Amino acid sequence: MSKNEIAISIKGLYKVFGNRSKKMVTHLKDGMSKADLLDKYHHVLGLKDINIDIPAHQISVIMGLSGSGKSTLIRHINRLIEPTAGSIDIYGENVLSMSKGTLREFRRHKVAMVFQKFGLHVHKTVAENVAYGLVIQGMSLKKAKQKSSKWLVRVGLEGFEDHYPSQLSGGMQQRVGLARALATDADILLMDEAFSALDPLIRTDMQDILLTLQQELHKTIVFITHDLDEALHIGDSIAILRDGEIIQQGSPQDIILKPDDEYIVDFIQDVNRGRVIQIKSVMNKGVSIKGPNFNQNTVLEDILPEIVKSAQQMVNVVNDQNQVIGSVDLKTVASAIAKPVIQSNNNTNYTQSSSGD
Amino acid sequence: MDFLGKFPAMSRGELRDFKKGIDGSFSEFTSEHGEAIESFFDPLLHFLVWFEKLLLATPWPLILLIIGVFSWLGSRSVKIVIGAVLAFVAIGYFGMWKDTMSTLAIVSVATLICISIGIPIGILMARSKYAQAFVTPLLDVMQTIPAFVYLIPVVMLLGIGKVPGLIAVCIYALPPIVRLTNLGIRLVSKEALEAADAFGANYRQRLFDVQIPLALPNIFAGINQTIMMALSMVVIASMIGVAGLGVPVLRSISNQYLALGLLNGLAIVALAIIFDRVTQQYGKRLQKHRHGDLHE
Ligand SMILES: Nc1ncnc2c1ncn2[C@@H]1O[C@H](COP(=O)(O)OP(=O)(O)OP(=O)(O)O)[C@@H](O)[C@H]1O
Ligand SMILES: [Mg+2]
Repeated sequence: MSKNEIAISIKGLYKVFGNRSKKMVTHLKDGMSKADLLDKYHHVLGLKDINIDIPAHQISVIMGLSGSGKSTLIRHINRLIEPTAGSIDIYGENVLSMSKGTLREFRRHKVAMVFQKFGLHVHKTVAENVAYGLVIQGMSLKKAKQKSSKWLVRVGLEGFEDHYPSQLSGGMQQRVGLARALATDADILLMDEAFSALDPLIRTDMQDILLTLQQELHKTIVFITHDLDEALHIGDSIAILRDGEIIQQGSPQDIILKPDDEYIVDFIQDVNRGRVIQIKSVMNKGVSIKGPNFNQNTVLEDILPEIVKSAQQMVNVVNDQNQVIGSVDLKTVASAIAKPVIQSNNNTNYTQSSSGD
Repeated sequence: MDFLGKFPAMSRGELRDFKKGIDGSFSEFTSEHGEAIESFFDPLLHFLVWFEKLLLATPWPLILLIIGVFSWLGSRSVKIVIGAVLAFVAIGYFGMWKDTMSTLAIVSVATLICISIGIPIGILMARSKYAQAFVTPLLDVMQTIPAFVYLIPVVMLLGIGKVPGLIAVCIYALPPIVRLTNLGIRLVSKEALEAADAFGANYRQRLFDVQIPLALPNIFAGINQTIMMALSMVVIASMIGVAGLGVPVLRSISNQYLALGLLNGLAIVALAIIFDRVTQQYGKRLQKHRHGDLHE
C-alpha cells in the first residue's frame, strides 16, 4: 500500500453524445466549443480531454455544476458509459479492452457504486438489498445475507433487515445503498452525488459515517458532488469540472488559496475560509519565534484568538511530529481569511496571501 | 367522366379468379398439412378434455371449497370469498353447473397457454426494438380483426371442435398479456437497472431478479385482461363446437329464449367478476412494497 499508488488512471478521455461522435472528437481537438458543437453538429459534448490520476486509498472528489459531466465521468470508470476516445486503466488494467464477461467480473469484485437516487430494489427487503452484490457474485441469498449483515450493522440499520426501502427515510435508504456497496469488499467505491438528495443535517451525518468507515477501510473513493462544503469536508483531493473539462485539480487548500480561474473563484465565494484553510497552507516557512506551538492542521478560525493573545501576535507551526516548521502572524491570517473581491467592472480579483508555500 | 364516376376496380372475373386462387391454395394447404397440424395439437386436446372431465367428475362441494380457497389466496378478502361461493351456488341451483365447468376448463387452459406464450414474447419485445416493431402490428390485427374472420381459416384447417375453439380464444386473448409484459418491463426504473449493471448482473440476473419482479404488477394486470377476454369469447367459441355457457346462449338467440339467455349470460358475467376481483386484489398485494405498508 504505497502512499502514492495510482488506482485509476484516465488519459485523453472524450465523450460525445450523438451518432457521429468519433468524428466530433477531431472538431473538438481543433478547438471547437461545446456550444458550437451543439449548434453546428447537434452533438452534445459530455467530456473533453480528461486526464486524471486517482490515488488509491483516498477520497477523491470531483466537483462541478449541474450538466458539467460529473455523472458521465464517474460512469466511465466502471464502463457503464463507453467513451468516444481515450483510455481508462485501473490498477494497470485496461478497462476498455475487457470482454463482457471480464467486465462483469470486474464490476462484481473491484468496483462498487452508490447512486444519487439510491438505486435500491424496491421489491427486496433491506437485508436482500445489502446482500445483492454478493448474490450477483453467485452466493446463495442466505449466505449472502449472513455475510453482509455486518455492513448493515455498521451503517446503523440493525433491526431494519426485513423492512422495504419505501418504509425508510431518505437517509436510511442511502445507508442501505452504502452498505450494499461496502458488502462486496470492492476496493473502489464510486459515489455519484450520493448525499445530494438528503437534508443538510442528515447529509452531514452521512459524511461522518463515510469518514469514520474510511479511516479503517482505506478504500479508493471517487466522490461526486456539486457542493463545495461537502467537497472540502471529505475530499483528500478535489478536481473541478466545467463543461466537460477538468479546470483544476489539487488539495482542498490549493483550490481555496490558489484558484486557477474566475469560475473557481465564483465557486469558492461563500466558503467559510476561516474554517477551511489550515495554517500550514499560509505559514511563513522556516521562520520561527519563541512562542506557542500549534499543529499545522489547525484552521485559521481557531488560531486567530491564540495569535491575538500571544505576545508577538505570532505563533509557531509544528508538524505532526511536533517539529517547528514555520510561523503565522496576524496579517497573514487576516489576508487569507479575506474573501476574494469582485470589483464593480465584474473582474474578479483574488487577494492572495503573500506568504503561501 | 366515366373514369371519375366509378372506381377503376378489378373486373368481376379477375376478382373471382383472385379469390378462387387464394381459396384454392389454402384448401390445398389444408388437405396436405391439415392432419399433421391436427395431430400437433393433439396433446392440447387431450389436456383440455382431461381437465374438463376432472372438473365435471369432482363433487360439487369440493369445487365450492376450491373456489373459496382460491379466492381467499388471491384476494385475502372475506367479502370476495363469500361472493364467489354464493355465485357458484346460484349457478348450480339454476342448472348451469355442467356448462360452467366446461367454460371454466376452456378459459383456464386458454389462459395458461396465453401466459406461457405471451410472457416470453413480451420479454422479447422489451429486449429488442425490432421484435417490438414486428410484434406490435400483429397484436393490433389480433385485437381488431373480427373473430369470425379468423374462425374461417381455423375451421378450414382443423374443422369444428374444441381445439379450433381454443385457438380462436387464444388469438383474441393473447395481446393484453404480451403488451403488458412488454410495458411492465420497459417501465422498470432506470436506476434499479443501473444498480444491477453496476454490480455486474448478467442478462438472466437482470431479468429474473429485477425486471420481472418489478414488472409483476403490470404482468398481472395483463393476466387479468387475458382472462376477461377469454371469457368474452365463450359465446363465439361455442359456434365452432366448444361446450360451455356459450351453447345455451346461442340456442336462446336462435329460439328467442329470453330467460335462458339471460341466466347463462349472467353466469358468464359472474365468472368474469370473480376472476377480475380475485386477480386484481392479488395484483394489488404484489405492489404493496411500493407503498410501504407490507407488514400485515
Ligand atoms: N445519454 C445522453 N445523451 C445525450 N446527452 C447526454 C446524455 N447523458 C448526458 N448528456 C449530457 O452530457 C452533459 C453532462 O451530463 P451529466 O449527467 O454527466 O452531468 P452532471 O454533472 O452529472 O449533472 P448533474 O449535477 O445534473 O447530475 C449534459 O450536458 C447532458 O445533457
Ligand atoms: Mg449527475
